[in-house]
Amino acid sequence: MRLEELLAQKKTAVIDKWFDVVAETYPADTARFIKRQKDPFANPVGGTTHKSLTVIMDELLGEMNRDKIYSFLDPIIRIRAVQDFTPSSATSFVFSLKKIVRNQLNKSDINDLRILAELSEFDLKIDSLGLIAFDIYMKCREKIYQIKANEEKSRFFCAFERAGLIKELPDSGSELA
Amino acid sequence: MSDPKPNELIEKIDYIPPQKGWMDVPVNIRKGMYCYASNPKSVEYVHLPNARAWNPIEEDWKLPDNWKEIVHTAFRDRLDRFRSFKVFMDICVRCGACADKCHFFIGTGDPKNMPVLRAELLRSVYRNDFTAAGKILGKIAGARELTLDVLKEWWYYFFQCTECRRCSVFCPYGIDTAEITIMAREIFNLLGLNIDWIATPVANCYRTGNHLGIQPHAFKEMIEFFVDDIEEKTGVKVDPSFNKKGADILFVTPSGDVFADPGTYTAMGYLMLFHYLKEQGLNVTWSTYASEGGNFGFFTSHEMMKRLNSKMYAEAKRLGVKWILGGECGHMWRVINQYMDTMNGPADFLEEPVSPITGTKFTNARSTKMVHISEFTADLLYHNKLKLDKSRNDNLIVTYHDSCNPARGMGLFDEPRYVINSVCNHFHDMPRNTIREQTFCCGSGSGLNAGEDMELRLCGGLPRANAVKHVHDKFGVNMLATICAIDRAVLPPLMDYWVPGVGVTGLTEMVANALLMPGEAERTTNLRGEPLSGMEE
Repeated sequence: MRLEELLAQKKTAVIDKWFDVVAETYPADTARFIKRQKDPFANPVGGTTHKSLTVIMDELLGEMNRDKIYSFLDPIIRIRAVQDFTPSSATSFVFSLKKIVRNQLNKSDINDLRILAELSEFDLKIDSLGLIAFDIYMKCREKIYQIKANEEKSRFFCAFERAGLIKELPDSGSELA
Repeated sequence: MSDPKPNELIEKIDYIPPQKGWMDVPVNIRKGMYCYASNPKSVEYVHLPNARAWNPIEEDWKLPDNWKEIVHTAFRDRLDRFRSFKVFMDICVRCGACADKCHFFIGTGDPKNMPVLRAELLRSVYRNDFTAAGKILGKIAGARELTLDVLKEWWYYFFQCTECRRCSVFCPYGIDTAEITIMAREIFNLLGLNIDWIATPVANCYRTGNHLGIQPHAFKEMIEFFVDDIEEKTGVKVDPSFNKKGADILFVTPSGDVFADPGTYTAMGYLMLFHYLKEQGLNVTWSTYASEGGNFGFFTSHEMMKRLNSKMYAEAKRLGVKWILGGECGHMWRVINQYMDTMNGPADFLEEPVSPITGTKFTNARSTKMVHISEFTADLLYHNKLKLDKSRNDNLIVTYHDSCNPARGMGLFDEPRYVINSVCNHFHDMPRNTIREQTFCCGSGSGLNAGEDMELRLCGGLPRANAVKHVHDKFGVNMLATICAIDRAVLPPLMDYWVPGVGVTGLTEMVANALLMPGEAERTTNLRGEPLSGMEE
């Protein structure tokens, strides 16, 4: 697998570029902050994103362990699912990797048919990453609505319960003859 | 016209936001990020003007015709009345020290949530209306005219600030952005633009004594329900007193402790602690009238804060107590420490608080006559006045969230940690730049703990949750302790989204679980009915 060897050599550069793409989906002032602040507690968006992209890149170049990819893609998408992004802009950074990878290759590499074939396979890996991202995004949005619903439900149920308006069912049998 | 080529279409898809100056980015009021408009009935009840039904996402906010004049007059009035406000409008040099310190900026990524920029929303109009440079040079001097869009922008972003004051810790001039938000919200109230999550609790508190509008008999019944629950769990029947004239101490806590889980377990903790200390000479009473420690008037106007705060002192006077003991509440303590004394004080009819158990004089509360339960409990523990079995809390691996107001507003850092370490064997602090005076807000304070703004709350709570996640992953932390009723209500959903597996508790709940009550039956469960450490089947 020549492509993966090439990318492994340039892994840091690829991850940094990929990280920049995610940061630049935010307004310019925010992007500057996300890129510059290295403390993960002062900058949870940047810290989480960089850490996760590093592991995901390792998986793309290695085992493609779905569970591991899922658990490291989750924190990035989880953040973007509550922020001001449409579903496509929340997940678009995954597909940006295709362009980043191509930009890292020389003209001679691109013209090498074997590498080109490997590139198509690598693209398929990125596509499956995109699908996982979409699953996570939906799961997060559902979670938000579930939390909202639970808040409302418990508010009203507790109020009724404490006002003595709720009568629990007897332990056994029906009281009606 | 020919069909576009695929690459032409792809080139049109661009996820990089446009590069524009902040004044040219129009406000977009997004669902999930704002709270519903105030109920006109609640606005009317406390005699605030321009009560009406309106909707933030509709074009027409049904403002009074002279709204600009109202804003201008109110702005000038506040510049004259509050020297700090005038200074904060003038002295910012835009050094940027505060910019990345706000949990809402960090969480939303929206530059208008940088404290400097949020304040600039107001300053730009200040320059235009009240400074010579702004009047002559306009936009070059950072000035802009007040328009309906500017007002909407104000409303959207000043209700994305929890008045937590983290930014002011980093400001070299000590500009307190919370006070700028307070002024903006005062102006909104003159236009009938409050949010309902503040307006209705204020009206309820003014009428009935607490945010939820719980009447005295129901308040008493709820506490009696806790008495039964405590007996079931411990075999001890506690016997609280209500509205007792001649008691030594009046106890005031947020109504959230009485009506919202998991705060209710903290309320049971208070009852058990008071019962335990009765033999040792504690004579404390609950009030069914001053049944709210919280003060959402603080998020409305100075006058409303004063009005709601006054009932605590009126009740202390009526009952003839010596001093007031306050429960685990957040903003109540900022109101007490920062405003009460000059607002409704001095409370000359009360005495300097002295612990009847240890004899400790709370000289820090000499002026306010009000002691925080964590100070009170820490003092008891320091003097070995509580018999405890710490191991009962052994299934808890605890971290502590410094609630903004007790931490930054009154410097209460060590007493809560002392209490936790006295009743738990496993405690781990979060990273240094997320605790104590640098603590990150829960993201839901200052009246933003509604349900409809959940995305805002989850964004604002991200930096806090991120630090909790760190200690959860590293030390297996499974319990987040805190001394604020809003925290106890809002941190569970925050944990549910960001760090599942971490519960939320008040301090006094953990104290009560470890407390060896005289005459108690064998304790197998905690106050939540969950098996104690070593009692799992």
